Amino acid sequence: MKRYFGKFGGQFVPETLVPALKDLEEAYTKLKHDKPFQSELSRLLATYAGRPTSLYFAKRLTAHAGGAKIYLKREDLLHTGAHKINNAIGQGLLAKRMGKTRLIAETGAGQHGVATATAAALFGMECDIYMGSTDAARQAPNVYRMKLLGANVRIVDTGSKTLKDAINEAMRDYTANFRTTHYLIGSALGPHPYPSIVRDFQSVIGAEARRQILAAEKRLPDCLVACVGGGSNAIGMFHSFFKDDTCMVGVEAGGDGRRHASRLTGKGKIGILHGMITYLLEDKHGQIADTYSVSAGLDYPAVGPQHSLLMEEGRVKYVSVEDKEALGAFHLLSKTEGIIPALESAHAVAYALLLAKKLDRKKIIVVNLSGRGDKDIDHVRKIEGER
Amino acid sequence: MKKIKVRAQTASRLSKARKATRIARAFASKGCDASSHSSLARAFSSANGAIFMPYVCCGDPNEKFTMHLVSALVTSGAGAIELGIPFSDPIADGKTIAAASGRALSGGMTPKKAIAIIAKIRKSGIEVPIIVMTYYNVVYAAGTSHFLSAIKAAGADGLIIPDAPIEESGSLRKLCKFTGIDFIQLITPNCSDSRLKKIASVASGFLYAVSVLGTTGARKNVSADAISLVKRAKGISRLPVAVGFGISKPAHACAFANAGADGIIVGSEIVNIYSKYVKGRKIDEKRALSAVSRFARKMANACTGKN
Repeated sequence: MKRYFGKFGGQFVPETLVPALKDLEEAYTKLKHDKPFQSELSRLLATYAGRPTSLYFAKRLTAHAGGAKIYLKREDLLHTGAHKINNAIGQGLLAKRMGKTRLIAETGAGQHGVATATAAALFGMECDIYMGSTDAARQAPNVYRMKLLGANVRIVDTGSKTLKDAINEAMRDYTANFRTTHYLIGSALGPHPYPSIVRDFQSVIGAEARRQILAAEKRLPDCLVACVGGGSNAIGMFHSFFKDDTCMVGVEAGGDGRRHASRLTGKGKIGILHGMITYLLEDKHGQIADTYSVSAGLDYPAVGPQHSLLMEEGRVKYVSVEDKEALGAFHLLSKTEGIIPALESAHAVAYALLLAKKLDRKKIIVVNLSGRGDKDIDHVRKIEGER
Repeated sequence: MKKIKVRAQTASRLSKARKATRIARAFASKGCDASSHSSLARAFSSANGAIFMPYVCCGDPNEKFTMHLVSALVTSGAGAIELGIPFSDPIADGKTIAAASGRALSGGMTPKKAIAIIAKIRKSGIEVPIIVMTYYNVVYAAGTSHFLSAIKAAGADGLIIPDAPIEESGSLRKLCKFTGIDFIQLITPNCSDSRLKKIASVASGFLYAVSVLGTTGARKNVSADAISLVKRAKGISRLPVAVGFGISKPAHACAFANAGADGIIVGSEIVNIYSKYVKGRKIDEKRALSAVSRFARKMANACTGKN
């Protein structure tokens, strides 16, 4: 397996983890082409998670934008409500095969924590989920959901109290307990081989979308749009289209304009965090910056290393969408289509609307609707009530 | 006449340079680095037993205390100082040092200020080796060559980057060698013998044996795996072996010294001792320093292998 994506990626971890990650890489390399493993994974994705998810033509949203046709890849329909379950089941099965008895994970929005807790219940494993206290407060329903599923939720009160700090704690736990424990990283980031493993498990999204759009429109889409926190739903969607002419857009969190999490739109620098060299947000002394977004899942200062390469190569265009635009899309999609999107996915919807307006009616845009917005309802009601 | 003298001086300088190169080659062939002939190597070779190498988090809770703490530790028997430049996301560190780093950063500590503190320590007459410990991003953000020449100019002897295993430290090692800084690699109880050999073959200064599987932080006991790691490392490499992570008691230091360790690194326990006297950015220096000095004397004594 490749350790780097161009000059990005690598394995910048304490020595203790090097042998552990080598074991993981070996196990994964073996199972990647193992028929029984892959058929077990496919069976669970179909019968348990609810794949394939539909590719839905959003007629009223398209009419509202008045331009290109907008299709939604409905990852929000999956069990547990987001694309995260694809990776959680994949890695859970991998961990089980490696003989691990415990899963740990970090979570921002709580969707990955819920997905991991679900996989732990499904496979009969112990589970600890690390979550920043800021995130736990704004995603309260997911905290309770994880507890219902039998996981211990460990609230992280250090640093910025968000996703980055939850990853720090999970990495510390993994360093101490790797013999029994698998660290189920939730996005296509972290030390090698995680960015590749997570991308592979998420690439089912794009593989399905490609087949589905060909069936529906007899041609490939002109543009793909997905939100980018760590970048797993985006890379999962894009992966099957790299050889095509399809344009691709990754949407980062623009926050309130002043505070944000836009790493690939000119504000980030190359640096090293969480085991990888990639674009990140830092101060002039190399201290990791505090980020801000209304959506916990996009509130992260670094980005998966493959996205850094795709940005530098110009293969994917990265843009940012601010909180208020995302909230606008959150409401608009709810009212025009009866679909309440996750605030993360609402960022992608917001950009797709802008893009659709600029393109003619023959063009096709596919948006990855990575998750549903049930988890955000209380949070949105609270912030909008406060205004 | 003058010309001849100049030529003679040049010749003598050249022959000295050639000799230095020969020594460097000899060291290199033994898996050591020429620069380890510097103060770090001298500190290890002249020690009676292991040397006590306390870790100090630079700027916790303020710069003045860091200066006084280093001085008190050296007076109490420290043979080298590991000076931590705080990073916002210290994944190799447990709660204690992560909290110390947080206090230092919120107090305004920066890599630049930390490097100035090294220079001040040197100016105050402290000669023990100073090993800088920080995370890769701090070095990378400053510009690696720039960072290395700055710490060298300030008077540092070595560098530890816990998130740069050998696979990722190639360019760092090359630049360290060029600058004359020992780049210290970590070894852990779960390293196979073949990996130990691989690490030892590229490391310089000393091998930093991590005594636990996990992060830094005071532990109650010494594991058999850690003792065996020290013995394995001593068997495999000629480099000195210093043990760290988890060491909190004189008995631990003694056990490692008797197993052949050349250095004993203690960080979290020292932070635990003085942080009781920390209030915001202030600290009751007198009581903090006397408590740390008491502990340091016991540790330094235990490092000789007697307890």
